[in-house]
Amino acid sequence: MTATRTLRAVPTLFRVGFAGAVAYRGEFLIWILSTNMPLVMLALFREVAREAPVAGFGEKDFAAYFLATLIVRLMTGSWVVWEMNTEIRSGDIAMRLLRPIHPFVHYAADNLSAIPMRAILALPIALGALAWVGASHVAHDAAHWAIALVALFGAWALTFAAMLVIGSLGLFWESSLSLYDLWLGLFFIFSGYLMPLALFPSWLRGATWWMPFRYTLAFPVETMLGLESVTQSLRSLAAQWAWVTSFFALALVLWRRGVARYAVFGG
Amino acid sequence: MLRYARLLYIQLRASLLLAMQYRLDFAIDAVMSLFWTATALVPLVVLFDQRTQIAGWSWPQALVVVAWFTCLKGILDGAIRPALGSVVESIRKGTLDFVLLKPADAQFLVSTARFDLFRFINVAGGVGILVFALRKIGRVPSPGAFAWTALLLLGASFILYAMWILVVCLAFVVVKVDNLSYLFLSIYDAARWPASVFRGFAAIVFTFVIPLALMTTYPALAILGQLDVTHALSAFGASLAALVVARVVWRRSIARYTSAGG
Repeated sequence: MTATRTLRAVPTLFRVGFAGAVAYRGEFLIWILSTNMPLVMLALFREVAREAPVAGFGEKDFAAYFLATLIVRLMTGSWVVWEMNTEIRSGDIAMRLLRPIHPFVHYAADNLSAIPMRAILALPIALGALAWVGASHVAHDAAHWAIALVALFGAWALTFAAMLVIGSLGLFWESSLSLYDLWLGLFFIFSGYLMPLALFPSWLRGATWWMPFRYTLAFPVETMLGLESVTQSLRSLAAQWAWVTSFFALALVLWRRGVARYAVFGG
Repeated sequence: MLRYARLLYIQLRASLLLAMQYRLDFAIDAVMSLFWTATALVPLVVLFDQRTQIAGWSWPQALVVVAWFTCLKGILDGAIRPALGSVVESIRKGTLDFVLLKPADAQFLVSTARFDLFRFINVAGGVGILVFALRKIGRVPSPGAFAWTALLLLGASFILYAMWILVVCLAFVVVKVDNLSYLFLSIYDAARWPASVFRGFAAIVFTFVIPLALMTTYPALAILGQLDVTHALSAFGASLAALVVARVVWRRSIARYTSAGG
């Protein structure tokens, strides 16, 4: 019963979310502009690669890598952890608890419905990047791109689920955002956001395979650029979705326990 | 003047009491700041593992830039951001009226409203990095170099403060500014690299629109003894000009303020 009711509500939620994204387009644009780190890193690494390639990456390779990073980040970013934190502290979360659908579905619909807007912004970057670095720097076969598409969705789901986990912790602990800061710091280093993971010493690179961060960014990027073999990518895909499922499961448990003990502020 | 010094003391004491009350939260914040500083070093370590020089900067020289970046970050997070973050909120709610009614300069009051004392820890972190870098270079800067650096860092804080005031003034026009502050912070992050790394369009933006070069690269050059007097003086002049612009824009914005719902 609940499932069908939820499914019936989803199209409406998407429409509302999309309208929201359009209404706050100014804010949205600023948010997008804040994602400028890949461009700064691009400028930096290109300067370094000007003399000689770094770990096999030439100027064009870095350009392809960081532009792909920018696109993946633009498409898969989320801000639900801040939203949850604010709503928990202000008591606005009560409005979500009253609705007959799980708040996670609501948050997810809100987030996913902004994707058309994100795509509109990311597409010109992608085309420009392709024209600049040339087609030889991206994957050529359909298998890579099919995996990349699923990986992209997985990257969104993993980022979102991690945010739900930390957001749900906000029901127990007021400063849960510090934990998100920690996550973000580790993400910057180990996801390939600041530099290709290939630049790490091999033992550290091996360690990133066992952390969730790589699957939120480097994995889809490397697949799009065809840096990994298909078998390797498939193995990463399995790991990515294992992380996604366990984070969602954890978030659901935390949420259920948290709501049971949570007293809304402001009555 | 004495009155304002006393006001500053009172505001500082209030911030100190607040910091003591929520000491665990703030201490966590402080540790997180240091953690961020450490993450900022990772790309630098990896890059200089491959190269001895990048855009004319050696590893310890680039570390000096990071040191000033970290110090300024401490000032930004400790003194500038908390106070001006709360003014945005009061503009939105209309409670800025209470500040404007007080018989003291409103810009002074809002700018000193809150300090995040634990966040100043990054200043210490920056000094630590500086000492390490200078030992690696193996030369002690002359007292003159220290004096110029201090002047330029003061100028850099002026620029940061002025830019932040301008962001706050935008809050009078567009209501939601927290996004804008994120944008500003994300751009400031680029200041951890020596300015000569950037070329073309980025170089123009980071020199004229958001003068990152003045903030961290110039003080670094000064302490390395590589900055001539003309450049140093014009950099400081530019930062004073930024303060004046911020003051003028603030006065105009306040004049147009009609309180919430007005």
